[in-house]
Amino acid sequence: MERFLQQIINGISLGSIYALIALGYTMVYGIIKLINFAHGDVYMIGAYVGYFCMTTLKLGFFPSLLISMIVCALLGVTIEKVAYKPLRNATRIAVLITAIGVSLVIEYGTMFFVKPDPRSYPLLTGFMAKSYHLGNLVFSSHQILIISITIVLMILLQFIVKKTRIGKAMRAVSLDRDAAQLMGISVDRTISFTFLVGSALAGAAGILVGIYYNSINPLMGVMPGLRAFVAAVFGGIGLIPGAMIGGYFIGLVEVMVSGYGNSMYRDAVVFAILIIILIVKPSGLLGKETREKV
Amino acid sequence: MPILSVNKLSKSFGGLMAVSNVSMELEQGELVGLIGPNGAGKTTVFNLLTGMYQPTSGIITLYRDQKEEQIQGLKPYTICKKGIARTFQNIRLFRDLTVLDNVRIAMNKNVKYGLLSSFFHSRSYSDEEKEMLDNSIHLLEILKLDHKKDELAKNLPYGEQRQLEIIRALATNPCILLLDEPAAGMNPAETAQLTEMIGWIRENFKLTILLIEHDMSLVMKICERIYVLDYGMVIAEGTPAEIKSNKRVIEAYLGEEM
Amino acid sequence: MVKNIVNASGNSKWLSLAGKWITLLLTLVIVQVLISANIINDYIFSTLVTIGVNIILAVSLNLITGFTGQFSLGHAGFMSIGAYTCAIITLRYSTVFGFVGGVIAGAVFAAIVGFFVGLPTLRLKGDYLAIATIGMAEIIKILFRNVLEDITNGAAGLSEIPQFNNWIWLFVFTAGTVILISNFIKSSHGRACISIREDEIAAEAMGISSTKYKVIAFVTGAFFAGIAGALYSSYFYYISPDLFGFQKSIDILVIVVLGGMGSISGSIISAILLALISTYLQSFPELKMIIYGVLLVVIMQFRPQGIMGSKELSLSLLKKWTEGIKGRNGGAA
Repeated sequence: MERFLQQIINGISLGSIYALIALGYTMVYGIIKLINFAHGDVYMIGAYVGYFCMTTLKLGFFPSLLISMIVCALLGVTIEKVAYKPLRNATRIAVLITAIGVSLVIEYGTMFFVKPDPRSYPLLTGFMAKSYHLGNLVFSSHQILIISITIVLMILLQFIVKKTRIGKAMRAVSLDRDAAQLMGISVDRTISFTFLVGSALAGAAGILVGIYYNSINPLMGVMPGLRAFVAAVFGGIGLIPGAMIGGYFIGLVEVMVSGYGNSMYRDAVVFAILIIILIVKPSGLLGKETREKV
Repeated sequence: MPILSVNKLSKSFGGLMAVSNVSMELEQGELVGLIGPNGAGKTTVFNLLTGMYQPTSGIITLYRDQKEEQIQGLKPYTICKKGIARTFQNIRLFRDLTVLDNVRIAMNKNVKYGLLSSFFHSRSYSDEEKEMLDNSIHLLEILKLDHKKDELAKNLPYGEQRQLEIIRALATNPCILLLDEPAAGMNPAETAQLTEMIGWIRENFKLTILLIEHDMSLVMKICERIYVLDYGMVIAEGTPAEIKSNKRVIEAYLGEEM
Repeated sequence: MVKNIVNASGNSKWLSLAGKWITLLLTLVIVQVLISANIINDYIFSTLVTIGVNIILAVSLNLITGFTGQFSLGHAGFMSIGAYTCAIITLRYSTVFGFVGGVIAGAVFAAIVGFFVGLPTLRLKGDYLAIATIGMAEIIKILFRNVLEDITNGAAGLSEIPQFNNWIWLFVFTAGTVILISNFIKSSHGRACISIREDEIAAEAMGISSTKYKVIAFVTGAFFAGIAGALYSSYFYYISPDLFGFQKSIDILVIVVLGGMGSISGSIISAILLALISTYLQSFPELKMIIYGVLLVVIMQFRPQGIMGSKELSLSLLKKWTEGIKGRNGGAA
C-alpha cells in the first residue's frame, strides 16, 4: 500500500510535467488544428536553456526558469511565423509535414551545437534539495517544486484563457476562425499568442524534466513529446482541462508500469492506450463527436 | 409496381428532428420531385436513402429483381451496389482526375478480376479494362462529354461538372437515380439543356428518378409526382397541378417564389 | 476511325513495353559487368543497396500516403518485421533458399501485421492516423527489443547476418516492386484507392468500400516494406530495433514528399537524390538530418507537390519539357 502511494506521488509529479507539455499541444491544435511536432523540441530547448543558465551563468533556479520560459516563448512564436504562417491555407498534411521538418531542424541543430551526449543536470541546493518523510512515504522537494510550479502555471493559464481579452480571442478563434475575424479579432496575433503561451509552458516543463530525470539530451523531446501528445488526445485534444487530466493519467500509467512491470514496456502501454482511445472515442475523454457534412 | 418504399423514416441530430416520419413510394420508371423550403430536410432524406446517415427509425425497402430487401442503415457503397446512385448538391467530383477516370471509378463495382490480376496485368485484366474503357467512352459519347474525356474534372466549366456528376452516377448502373439540385447555379439555357438530358436519360436508361430541385419550372415541367417537405415532414404529395394549388404548400413557401 | 486509333495506341503500347523491358535488362547486365570489373566497388555498391531499399520503401509508402491519401508515419515498423524475419531465417538456414524464403516470409509477416493494424486504425483520419501509426511502429519496436528478446537478441540486435543480397536480387526485387505497384495503380482497384484520396464520401457513394481499399493499400505497402527490410538485413550484416524507429519512418516520408505524393517516378528520383546527399554527408549525420528538415519545410512552402507532383516521368512529358511548354495540364497522370 505504501509502495502504491509512493508511486502515486511519483506519478503525479511526472504527470505534472506531461500536463504542461500537453497543454501546448492542445492549445495549438485547438486553434489551428495542427499536431505541432516541434513542440517536444521546444521543451528540449527549455531544458538546455535552463542548464546553461544554472551552470555557465550560475543563476538560481527561479531566474533560470523564467529565462527558459521567455526563450521558449520567443522560439515558439518564431517557428509559427516562419514555418506555419505561410501555410495558413494549405492542406493539414502539408502543415503536419512542415512541423516534422521544423522538429528535425531543432533536434539536429541543437545536436550540432551541443553534441549528442547527454548532460547531467545541475543539482539544486538549499531547501530545494531536502526531502520530507511522512511515515514511510518520501516527498522530495523536487517533487513538491514540480507539482507546485505546475499548479501555479495552470492557474495562471486558466486566468489568461478565461478572464483576459486575448484569452477570449483565443477561444473565439478556436471555435470559428472566420467568424472571429469578422468580429474584428486579429487571428494572426491570437495564433502567435497561443504559440507564445504554449511554448512558455513547454520551457518550464523542460527545466522541470531536467530536475526530474537529472539528465538531458538533444533528442529528449521526441518520446516525452509523443507521450504528452497522447495525454492531450486522451483528455480530448483542443480542450485545456483535457490536457491536464490526460497529463496526470499518462504520468501515473508510466510510473505504475515502470514500478510494477518493466520500464521498457511503458511506451508500448502508452501507445496501446492511444490506439484504443483513437478507435473507441477519438474525441477523447472530454471531447464531443463531430462529423463531416455531406 | 413500387421499386422503393420509405416507411416512417426519421432522423434526429441531438434533439433536432431533421426528418420525421417521412413515408414515400417510388413506382418503377417514375420521375418524382422532392421539394421544400431551405432546411426542410431534403438532402437529409437523400443521405438516409444512400446510407450516408443512419436513420434513427424507419424502414426503406428496395424491390429489385422480384426481391424485396430492407436497406436502411446499410453502408453507402453497399446501397450503391444494390442500384441506388446519387449526385451531390455541392459537386463532389474527383477533381484532380480526368473525366474518363471519374467515370471508370464509378464502374469499379462491376470489376471481376482480382488483386493479383491487377498486379500482374493478366488476361482478365486487359479484357475487363478494355471493356470498361469502351463502356466509359460510350457513356460519355451518348451524353456528349467524350470530347473532354482527358480534361481534369476541376477544369470543366460549371455546367459540365454538373453533367459529369450525373454521368458518373449513371456509370454505377443504377435502377434508381437521386439527383440533388442538378440545376443549382445554372443559367436558363443550361437548365433547359439539363431538363432535356434528364428526360432523355430516364427514357433510355429505364430509370426511376427522384429529384431535389429549387427551380420550380423544371420540377413542374418534368416530374409526374411531387413530395413536399417542410420541417422534416411530408406536408403534401400529388401531381404538379395538385401541388400548385395546395394550401399548405403555398403557406410553407409564403414569401418564396413558387 | 475509333478502332484505328485504338489499334495505333495498342501498337505503341507494345513498343513502349518492349522498350521498358530492354532498358531493365540492359541496366541489370551493365551494372553487373561494372561490378565484376570492380569499377563499382563495395563502397559504391552499398550506396546502390541503400537506393534500392529506399526505392522499395518510398514507392510502397507512396501507395499508402500518396495514392490512397492515408498518412502513415510507421512504415519503418513494417520494414523491421521483414528485416528480422529474414535475418532470423537466414541465421538458421544459411542458403539462397533460406534467403528467398526469408524475404517472402518477411513480406508476408509484415502484410499480416499490416492487416491487423490497418483494420481498426484506418477508420481514423489524417493526423489521428499518423499518430496511431507512430504508436504502432513503436509497439513493434518494443516487441523486438523486449518481448521477443530470446530470438531477436533485444536491444543489442542481430549481427553477422549472412549476406545473400547481391545486385541481381536487389535489382529484381526493386524493379519488381516498382512494376507491380505501377500496375496496381493503373488498374480499377488502384483507381479506387486514388478516388478515396480525392473524396472519400463520393467514392463510397460510387460503390467503393473505402475500408476495403484502404486496407488493401496498407497491406500491400506493408508487404513491400517487408521486402525492403529483408533486403536491408541481408546486405548490411547487422540490425537492431533502433534502426527502425520514428526517424527511419521520417526518412521514408521525406523521400515520398520530395519526389511528389502520387508519383512513382518521383519517389525513384528522390530516393536516388537523397541517397547521394546522405552518402556525401556520411560523416556529418546531424547535418544530414538538418538538411532533411529544411527540405521538408522549404518543399511545403514553395513546391508542396514535390519534384514530380502527381505526374509520371514519360516520353511525352519529356518532350513537353524539351519543347519548353510548361506541362501544366499534360503528361500521363
